[in-house]
Formats: sequence, C-alpha cells, structure tokens
Amino acid sequence: MTGALQRFLPLIVTTAVLVVGFLICATQFPNFASWRVVANLLTDNAFLGITAVGMTFVILSGGIDLSVGAVIGFTTVLLAVLIEHGGWHPVPAFAVALIAAGGFGAAMGGVIHVFQMPPFIVTLAGMFIARGLGFVLTTDSVPINHPLYGELNDMALRFDFGLKLSLPALLMLGVVVAAVVLAHWTRFGANLYALGGNRQSAELMGVPVGRTTVAVYGLSGLLAGLAGIVFSLYTGAGYSLAATGVELDTITAVVIGGTQLTGGYGYVVGTFVGVLIQGLIQTYITFDGTLSSWWTKIAIGVLLFVFILLQKGLLVVWAGRGGEPAEA
Amino acid sequence: MTASTAPPSASSSGPLLAIRGLSKAFLGVQALDGVDFTLRHGEIHALLGENGAGKSTLIKTLTGVYLRDGGTVALEGREIAPRGVEEAQRLHIGTVYQEVNLLPNLSVAENLFLGRQPMRWGLVDRGAMRRRARAVLQPYGLSIDVTAPLGRFSVATQQIVAIARAVDMSAKVLILDEPTASLDAQEVAVLFKVMRTLRSRGIGIVFVTHFLDQVYEVCDSITVLRNGRLVGERRTADLPRLDLVAMMLGRELEAAAHRIDLGPAEVDSRPPLASFKGFGKSRSVEPFDLDIRPGEVVALAGLLGSGRTETVRLVFGMDRADRGEATVDGQAVRLKGPRDAVRLGFGFCPEDRKKEGIVGELSVRENIILALQARQGWLKPIPRHRQEEIADRFIRLLDIRTPDAERPIQLLSGGNQQKALLARWLATEPRLLILDEPTRGIDVGAHAEIIRLIERLCADGMALLVVSSELEEIVAYSRRVVVLRDRRHVAELRGGEVSVERIVAAIASETPNAIASETPVTAGSGAEVRQ
Repeated sequence: MTGALQRFLPLIVTTAVLVVGFLICATQFPNFASWRVVANLLTDNAFLGITAVGMTFVILSGGIDLSVGAVIGFTTVLLAVLIEHGGWHPVPAFAVALIAAGGFGAAMGGVIHVFQMPPFIVTLAGMFIARGLGFVLTTDSVPINHPLYGELNDMALRFDFGLKLSLPALLMLGVVVAAVVLAHWTRFGANLYALGGNRQSAELMGVPVGRTTVAVYGLSGLLAGLAGIVFSLYTGAGYSLAATGVELDTITAVVIGGTQLTGGYGYVVGTFVGVLIQGLIQTYITFDGTLSSWWTKIAIGVLLFVFILLQKGLLVVWAGRGGEPAEA
Repeated sequence: MTASTAPPSASSSGPLLAIRGLSKAFLGVQALDGVDFTLRHGEIHALLGENGAGKSTLIKTLTGVYLRDGGTVALEGREIAPRGVEEAQRLHIGTVYQEVNLLPNLSVAENLFLGRQPMRWGLVDRGAMRRRARAVLQPYGLSIDVTAPLGRFSVATQQIVAIARAVDMSAKVLILDEPTASLDAQEVAVLFKVMRTLRSRGIGIVFVTHFLDQVYEVCDSITVLRNGRLVGERRTADLPRLDLVAMMLGRELEAAAHRIDLGPAEVDSRPPLASFKGFGKSRSVEPFDLDIRPGEVVALAGLLGSGRTETVRLVFGMDRADRGEATVDGQAVRLKGPRDAVRLGFGFCPEDRKKEGIVGELSVRENIILALQARQGWLKPIPRHRQEEIADRFIRLLDIRTPDAERPIQLLSGGNQQKALLARWLATEPRLLILDEPTRGIDVGAHAEIIRLIERLCADGMALLVVSSELEEIVAYSRRVVVLRDRRHVAELRGGEVSVERIVAAIASETPNAIASETPVTAGSGAEVRQ
C-alpha cells in the first residue's frame, strides 16, 4: 500500500523522531527511561496538547487561531477572580470559563465568516482583546487556594506497571481520543477537511461553510478554555500574562505533527506527537542541567524548519508523480 | 434568426426538462432573452454557442446560482426555481464543471459521500462508506482505491467521480460543462461511454462543449444560442456541420461579405521572420506548422475553444511547447517564457485585457512604457521626460482619448484601453505583434480605427498574428488565414482563397485537410502524440 504510506509519511516521520529522541535521551541519562518521566511529559504539556488539538482543527479547516494563548491567560485570571475574589466554587467557575472561551471563539468564527475576513487578522484582534480583558480583571498574579484545587491535583490514575497519570494528562489524552473520533468519524470532521481543501468546492458540495467555521473557532476557544483550567490547576494561580506565546508553540506542534498550514491535510495524532517532541526537548535540557533553557527554542526552531522542508519536499515529489498520469 | 424552434420529435412521456421564455439581465445587459430549451429523458443534448451566447447564464440559472428574471423552468412538468446549488441538487439537477469541483485532499469515498455519509451509532460508518463507494463506481468501470485522495487520480477519473456523485445523488438532469476541455482522446472515449450508459438509464444530459467532433459523436440533439437568444434546436442527424457553424456564427452563407479578388494565391518567397515546425503542446493544441513573414497579417480563425488562443500563447512562450521547434530569422530559438519572446522582438496583446493586460491603477503613461521598461530591465529606468515623450507620441498616434497621460487607465473606455495596450507593445518596436481579439468589447468607431491601425502597421513591415472571431474583419485585413477546429490547425487559406464562406466551410469540415489548400497541416513530428 504505497498510497497509505504516502499519506501517513509525515506522521511516521514525526513519530520516528519522537522515538529516536526518546532513545537518545534514554542512553544519555540513566534515569530517563522511566514511567515517571513519561507521566511528567504528559502532565507538563497537557495544556499545550489540549490547545494544539483545537489549533489542529482550525488549521485543517484552512484557518489559524492566534488568540489561544491569550484565552488561556484570560481563563486563568477569570477563574482566580471568580474563586478567590468572588468566592465561587471552582466547578461553576469552570463552567463559566468554558462558556466564555467557547463563545469568544465562536464569535471570532462568526466575524470571519460573515465579513469574509482573514482569520489571521480576526484572531490577532481576538488575541489583544482576550489579553486586555485579563488585565482589566486584575494585573496581579492571584493564587488560587480553594481546597478542590488540591484534591484535583492529587487525583491520578495509577497503573500496576508503575505509570501514574495526573488529571491534566488524562484530560489531554481524553481530548486527543475524542478529537480523533471527531475528525474521522463525524460529518463535522469531514466538513473541516473539505473546507481546508477548497472552500468554494466545499460550498458547492453542500458543506455548511458558515456553521462549520463558527463551530471550529468555537471548539478552539473551548479547548483553550479547558487548557486554561488545566494551566490554573498546574500553576495554582491566575495571571493575565500566563501562556504568552503559547499560540506559536501550538502552531509549531501542529506543523511538526505533519499538518499543512494551508489546510486540508493532517492528523490530530500528529499534533499530539508534535507536542510530545517539544516536551521531550524541554525535558532533555532539564536533565542536562548545564544548557540554557533557550536551547529548547533553538532546537524547536531547527526541527520546525526541517519539517516544513520535508513537507515541501513530499509535495514536490507527489506533484511530480501524480501530475500527468496519462503521460506514460 | 429564421431557424425553427419546434422540437424535433415529441416524446411520449413529455420532456424531462422544459425551459420556456427564459430571461436574465445583468445591469441592463440582456444575457438571456426568451430562450427555450427542451431536454428529453435519455438524451444527450449539446448546448452550443460562441462567447456571450448565454450558455453559462442558462446553466447557472438552472443550477440556482442565478435567479431568472422571467420565463418558466419545468422538471417533469413541475415548475422549479432553485435558489442554490444544494436546492438544485435536491431537485435532481446535478452539474459537473470543467474544473472538477471536488476536493483533492479527501479520499474518493469521502468525495462521493460528503454531507451524506452512511452513519451508524451517530458516527460515520467508514467501512460502509468504502463498500458503497466501490459499488457506486463499479458501473463506470472504475475499480480504484477509494481510500486514496482524489487528487492522486487523473482529471478524467476525477470527472467520472464527480459524475458518479451527481448521479448517485439521484440526478435526473446532468449538466456537463465543458467536461472534455482538459482530457486526452482516450479519456474522452471513456467519458463518452459513461455518458451513453447514463443515457440508457433515462438520464438527460446537457453537454456544453467547443468540440464539434464530439457533438457529432455523442449528442442526440443540439440547441444553439447566440447573443442571449435561441437560434434553434435540431436533431444532430438532421444538421449538417456547415449549417451548425453558420447557426453559431450567425450568418447566412449566401450573404457573406464580398471581397476584392487579390488574384491567385501568390507564393511568398521571402524568408519567414518566424517559423514554427511541428509546434504543439499536449492537452493544449495539436502540433502545427506556421510561417510568418515580415509585413504580413496572419489571422487565426475558428470557434471559441478551437485552439486559437492556445496557439498564440505557445508562440509567445506563455505556455511552453512540448514538441516541435521554432526558428526566428533562420535561427533555432527556445521560447521558455514571454521574456524570451520579447527579446526576439515579439509583442502580445492578450484577449482579456482586464486580467492579463492593463494595470488599472497605473497611469496611461506607465501602462504604455511597461513593456519597454521590462525589456530594458528594471535597473535602467527610462528617464521621466523620455517616458512622457513616448506616451504623448502614442496617445497622439493612436488617438487615445484621455485628458492627459497621467490618468489611471481604468478610467478610460474599453477601446482606448485597448489602444493603450497596443501602444505598450508598439513602443518596443516589435517585429511580430500578436493580437488576441483586438476588437472585442469596444465600440464600432474604435473598431474601425484599430483595423486601420493594423493595416498601417503591416505596411511598415511589422508582422502581425491576429486572433479574431470577427470573420469579416479577418477577411478585410488578412492575406493568410489559418483555420482551427478542435485544437487543430485544419486549413490555411491564402490570398484570393480568403473569404468568409471558405473559413466557415473549413471550420465545419468533417476531416482535417478537406478544405486545406496546398499546405495542409501535417502532423510532422507530432505523429506520435496521440494513440
């Protein structure tokens, strides 16, 4: 099946990079190959993974969402203000945060569709608005001391062989699984790919373009909100400058995961692997201890560049092969 | 206009689709004016017409892209007025366009079932979708990997998938809008087989094409439109080609323009300025031989889509020929792009001046010096006073009506834009100027001026290669006319042979070379092109 191989090649390459990277780390640091490291990798990158899933859908549909980092920051502040200043119980605060973040995304989707505006501009504006709203609520970093936060942070799923999955890690894995189902076993998923393939054709084939656009940005906002909840659990605080630049980290994860920035091609699982690769580099640098943490950025930059070149190369090879089949 | 509009034969069960008195206007321009069209069950019906005939407006009205202004459309006796592609689809009208409107990134199966995937327990049943996709494609003789992305297959296969989707969505009327434009002969044969199969299942097919051979090969009836009006509907078997071409071009052959006899076709012994041997490009235009001598006007005549524009695009290097050779002044040259052509002294005024010609926001002056500057290279700017000199000279020479040279060209009338474009190339003092439809869309006065200008240009020794749909015009200024049909140069008329009747006859000729004079267009090196 060369056809299947071709389609999954970016995914296979990404996964191979993760495996090879992990093996390199494991040979260099004796304690690396442990369930503990794996569990931490998942927990530390949970908010990034959840956000990146939403970003994957947006990019698959041919768009981009630059607001996600700001939405995460806003969510943490909103939670902190509601719980600490407002005296709310965290659960209704979570609900309000999710609704606000999802509604914010859906509104951006609506603007993009109704006014036919470039998603880049609309979500850039959304980024500033969300970040600004966070500052309006409070400019301080507000610690969240509600007992439920402690309980949630202690929750974990333990496996007999030694793996201990935290709540954030479980949430991320759940989101990834649900996203795979959504992408490949629902009409909404097919419509996303259709939209990313060619908007006009999709419309002619009866894809509800407006509804899908609103839904995909709404979903991205909702997942950013969920990531914000996870982030506030992880840091135990709300801060309007939290998660600055995360939108770029998620885009990076999506691209390293083999999804094309122009839309229409890619897989959620790839994004998950892309997130893990970023986390792995971070972990390596932590283990090494002597390297500046900025090496993470450099390594990720190089990796991103290599992956884009790889994608471009694959496209050229395919175009050369598939262009004129009758020419034989 | 005298053609009868009576349907050729009355079907027992009434027509599948009956359009009566259909009208549609855009900003006061009557695109369709009281057009009738009848499609019967199990019929392949050609819809033909030249530019501006109203074919695409008719189709877009049928598929709900446009709303009609007047008239009735009845499907199996029931009046319909679709307000969108989706609604037309629900009303059993399916359309397949030349540019396949499917999604190359989705799998074949997903393309077939997008929006109507088989579901199980609230989720898409991918297994069932694959099985049903195979079953849907099976009658079309397509046994392909339905899980592979559609973009991996040839245009022909994609088109059949598009047809299969339309038919499977219970189309009773299938509209094929120039489906064969980018297919090769074998692929066309496969498509025709599919069309005949569908016909035998009672589906009515509206077939829009520019290829007359294909009309006669596969169609049962023909409806011809011209300038938004119905010219007539005939059974294909009862309509000789010559009459069809006359219907499309809109002229009574007896009344064709007279022409002063220039005497026998003189053999021009001068060496050609540019010579093309076996020049061609697969899927664009068949290999042709063409010589152009200094001071000569060579016209390319043919119906829309016959390969005229494709020919000049090859000559100017806008498309790269994949066979044959070109020589200029006896030297073999390679035309890799318009830059090469410009360096050889070629100029080109394209057909669509809005899209390919003028730069609307720039001034008349800037538009005029554009090609000259490009040839000099952008590093050596033409001094401003020199630019003004050139612009003013051509504005005077060509009588371009503009208050001054600094006015944005988009504010000028079509005829004056066309003249400014002409000035752009004249400023480069080309040896061979290519004009694609130089008189389209401009008023009658400017028309005559441009023709006079053409005559003056070649008197000065410039060679001209002109594409035009206006046969009288061609006859008025050309000594040599190359006639094209179905992407092939079918005849070359010279001197006294040049007449409207002979051009029409050549366009309608059944076999290539039937009307050709002593220089039939031989396949040359292109013999191996098509199986």
